Amino acid sequence: MISEREVESIAKLADIRIQKEELGEFTVQFNAILEYFDVLDRVEAAGEGRADLVNVFREDEVRPSLPVEDVLANAGSTEETFIKGPRVM
Amino acid sequence: MKVIIGLEIHCQLNTDTKLFCGCSTDYRDDPPNTHVCPVCLALPGALPRLNTKAVEYALRVAKALNLEVAEECEFSRKNYFYPDLPKGYQITQYDRPLAERGVVEIEADDGTPKEVRITRIHLEEDPGRLVHRSGRDRAGYSLVDYNRSGIPLIEIVTEPDLRSPKEARRFLNKLRNTLEYLEVFDGEREGAIRVDANISLVGHNRVECKNISSYKGVEKALTFEITRQKNQIARGHEITRETRHFNEGRGITMSSRSKEEETDYRYFPEPDLRPLRVRDWLDDITLPELPDARKARFVAQYGISHNHARTLTGDMKLANFYEKVAGDDPVLAATWVADTLLGELNYRDMKIDRVPPAHFADLLALVRVDAITDRSGVDALRTMLDEGAAGEEMELPSAVVDRFGLRKAAGDEFDEVAAQVVEAHPDAVADYHNGKGGALNFLVGQAMRETRGRADARDLGRRIKELLENKEA
Repeated sequence: MISEREVESIAKLADIRIQKEELGEFTVQFNAILEYFDVLDRVEAAGEGRADLVNVFREDEVRPSLPVEDVLANAGSTEETFIKGPRVM
Repeated sequence: MKVIIGLEIHCQLNTDTKLFCGCSTDYRDDPPNTHVCPVCLALPGALPRLNTKAVEYALRVAKALNLEVAEECEFSRKNYFYPDLPKGYQITQYDRPLAERGVVEIEADDGTPKEVRITRIHLEEDPGRLVHRSGRDRAGYSLVDYNRSGIPLIEIVTEPDLRSPKEARRFLNKLRNTLEYLEVFDGEREGAIRVDANISLVGHNRVECKNISSYKGVEKALTFEITRQKNQIARGHEITRETRHFNEGRGITMSSRSKEEETDYRYFPEPDLRPLRVRDWLDDITLPELPDARKARFVAQYGISHNHARTLTGDMKLANFYEKVAGDDPVLAATWVADTLLGELNYRDMKIDRVPPAHFADLLALVRVDAITDRSGVDALRTMLDEGAAGEEMELPSAVVDRFGLRKAAGDEFDEVAAQVVEAHPDAVADYHNGKGGALNFLVGQAMRETRGRADARDLGRRIKELLENKEA
């Protein structure tokens, strides 16, 4: 069972602000979601992944990168060809 | 008080492309965000595709450092928010790393061999680069360059087996050297190696120092930290268990509020990548001659001293250079490369690959047949290196020697100078006959000045002494 405190801390880590009065509602939803996994755990052969599907690789061959205009197209703010982000330390 | 140090070392692998996409890693002089694709930027729908070369390089390192490679390993997501990480997570390896339990031998502070245990090696992607510019209007934001985002890294974690900052530095030098011999790493690239160090004094809490990005920085940061912790204890304070950042410019570490606890990273297996089963690749990896083996061979094959062999093999390019110029007199070559050339290069901030081996061999040939004195040899070398440092074409040392007339004074010229000096300084001659020992040295000094170092002081001394003795008779 997930507690309200855990939901609060997960919201903080996810950088999502939620109101105190929303905590109860989200806690119920979290627990409901986790119950689905309990159901999956009870399914036979669940968790038996494709054990043979390993070692999927790409060769070390250079492919063209995006034009810098495209890279910056979605950026809210730029300086020269840098993307501006919030100050962090 | 016993010091305990463990290191986490991040090294960039020198593949042609990034770890999970085909963007070129060769962005050194290019503008920000020009080596970037949807995978680097975490655009919706972009999926990682693993670079086979990066895995092979990491396995080379695992083999060279004697690690056990896992039968199966996998990637995990390490979740945290930071502008250098567009996905909101870093793809790394967590509970199922590529390889574990290795060992590296170094020299302890007392000169005896010492084993440093390696905990693990894993593969991960480098985050982007943040730039903070100064200025009042710029204080509020960071500038982000994703060219570095996705460069393959290996993280090498040691057990807490190091006992001093000097040992830590020796370990790093050995590691760097080994990675260069394996040709998986370019140590000259800025930020190619970054170190986090865990350090504690026995019986006290451990402190993690992050953000050390040079070899010298490691020794400096650790030395600072040991002094700081000892002072804290001497004042009766307990050491706070914390993360500190190393400020390279100021040479100090500063407390930084730790971002997240280990559990806050919410690691889980990366669903977009399949596990790896690559242990059998080891059979196809043939390791090159590594530094220790090469050192032993240099001593045996060239008959040079252990110290010279250690210096010469301490850098792969230097060792290659030495083998090209060793020629007929490897001992002479070792002395000139290790004792003279290295210092002259350091002084000019030049790298060994700037020196054409044929030029240096030309110089050694002149010294070897005694055509020039050691001093003239150094002069010719300096002239040649100065030309190189100024961006000009380097002259052959024999050409420099001829241009400046540096060939050894001999025969007539030599006798003439000796005679002139004796003639010109009757007072000194008288002093000599009155038993004043300094007089002979004075006369030799004068003669050396006349020949501008083209003569051996000992030869000149012998010749002048003959003249003086004859004068008396």
